[in-house]
Amino acid sequence: MLRFLTRRLALLALTLFLTSILVFASTQILPGDVARLILGREAQDQALQDLREELGLNQPLPVQYTAWLTGFVSGDWGRAFTGGRPPIRPLVMERLGRSMQLALVTLILTVPLSVTLGVIAGLRENTWIDSVINILTLAVVGLPEFVTGLVLINVFALGLGWFPTGAALSSDAPLGEALRQMILPATAAGFVMMAYIVRMTRAGVIDEMKKTYVRTAILKGLSRRQVIVRHVLRNALLPTVTVIALSIGWLIGGLIVIENVFNYPGLGRLMTAAVEDKDIPLMQATVMVVVFFFALANLAADVVYALLNPRIRLE
Amino acid sequence: MRTAVAQLLRRPMTLFGAIIVALFLLAAVFGPMIAPYPYDMLIRGAARLPPSADYLFGTDQIGRDVFSRVLWGARDIITLPLLTTALSVLFGTSIGLFIGYYGGWIDEIVSRILDALLAIPALALALVMLRAVGPSPFGIVAVIVVLYTPIVARVVRAAALSLRGSGYIEAAKLRGEAVRYILFREILPGVLPALVVEAALRFSYAIFLTASLGFLGFGVQPPSPDWGRMVNEARTAFSQVPWALWFPAGAIILLIVGVNLLSDGLRRVFRYEGQLL
Repeated sequence: MLRFLTRRLALLALTLFLTSILVFASTQILPGDVARLILGREAQDQALQDLREELGLNQPLPVQYTAWLTGFVSGDWGRAFTGGRPPIRPLVMERLGRSMQLALVTLILTVPLSVTLGVIAGLRENTWIDSVINILTLAVVGLPEFVTGLVLINVFALGLGWFPTGAALSSDAPLGEALRQMILPATAAGFVMMAYIVRMTRAGVIDEMKKTYVRTAILKGLSRRQVIVRHVLRNALLPTVTVIALSIGWLIGGLIVIENVFNYPGLGRLMTAAVEDKDIPLMQATVMVVVFFFALANLAADVVYALLNPRIRLE
Repeated sequence: MRTAVAQLLRRPMTLFGAIIVALFLLAAVFGPMIAPYPYDMLIRGAARLPPSADYLFGTDQIGRDVFSRVLWGARDIITLPLLTTALSVLFGTSIGLFIGYYGGWIDEIVSRILDALLAIPALALALVMLRAVGPSPFGIVAVIVVLYTPIVARVVRAAALSLRGSGYIEAAKLRGEAVRYILFREILPGVLPALVVEAALRFSYAIFLTASLGFLGFGVQPPSPDWGRMVNEARTAFSQVPWALWFPAGAIILLIVGVNLLSDGLRRVFRYEGQLL
């Protein structure tokens, strides 16, 4: 297990390293002069020169990259170029916290419901209820979050008036109000994930029900109910845990769009704004943090999978 | 292959999906010919009109015909993902067959790099890379191909790996066949079912990603009609021109549901689940 974990952690490091190169390389071919971007059109040549010196823009690229990487690893993330040049780390951490709140609400809303639906569909394979669940999940899997988000806004916010259209509340809003604002974005973010968990849970339950021990248990005289609750679910739901960890990665990608649809002040919105404003250090920091959490979710999925499958662990 | 198609068309939901996708393909090919107006034409005195016989989907806030724009837009949202899928399948299959067949240290190194690339969220990287190369159709295709090739490669590699030890491959080796022959004539047909399902999934997610990029403003640039961007533009004027949002959004939904129904049929006929990403 230790060897497996070391391998996976090395892969995580490789992922972050590749990302840092891709992101750094991408930001280097961005059009436009960074110093002029910060100081504006009317800046004096001397001021521009000084700023370039300060930011190390005159140095060769490998030197710039190493300086950026060592700074980033040691926690010195520098200052943003735009929006009054705030220090990046506190800003990113605050937005990250907001995104995590939204992710948590999404998970609480979707995971129990989708596992239940998946189990029902699996146990009633090829009945009408299975078909209905199957068609519903097919309809929403792969729908872009901005479409589902806008449909939800139009029906439940503008139409019925149950929820607010945006979620741009301050961080000290009372919990009830904060939750009310997060329901719609969380639902939109959870749709694709939900469809995926339902489908995988269903497949797991169907596989498990076909195994011989189920027949043995029934022939032994246990009721169907007992067999399902005591034996089948326990085995069938284990792989679902892996699926949930994987979908958290998917959720992180989905939040980038959702936060823009609902004006939610999270990390994804900070990232898109940084990309739009060509705010290079902010762009680098936000992408690295998003990739870190995405890769971490994948790692968690692998570790859970390995814990459940000793064969992989020992490889 | 012919029996597979027959099996597919016998499933009503799959047939339904196939019809939807076929309609969108027709729109992509002939849309510009049957569209009543050019996509960027401002019709004088016709801003913010609701759907009617003259303007089937109504007009937008500055007086462009929404029906024509949706028809013209079908071309990019279908051809770009098709091209992306074709290229990712081509590159991914070549890489996957190669490392799956050879194994050893080449496989070890390439696989680790592929794993690392797979652990990067597609949309985040796409945004940064598109900002750098500029939001052109070429840029969109290039970026998504970079993101999807590893996925296809991993699927093909796993399938090739499981076939490598089988008798008929050994026989081909002993006959002295060229590596290229073994890869494409002997191994590829065995990988095909997984590959077809994977290609359908890639197509669906490429539409997803292209539309999302358009919505965020990194898609095909105006005045070209991009469904994602149309939705975003109509969002700000929703109370005046709700139809300018509903029709492009509905087109995206219908297209993706069609593709999903089709790929679900493929999944069942070829008995291969595919993956999320």
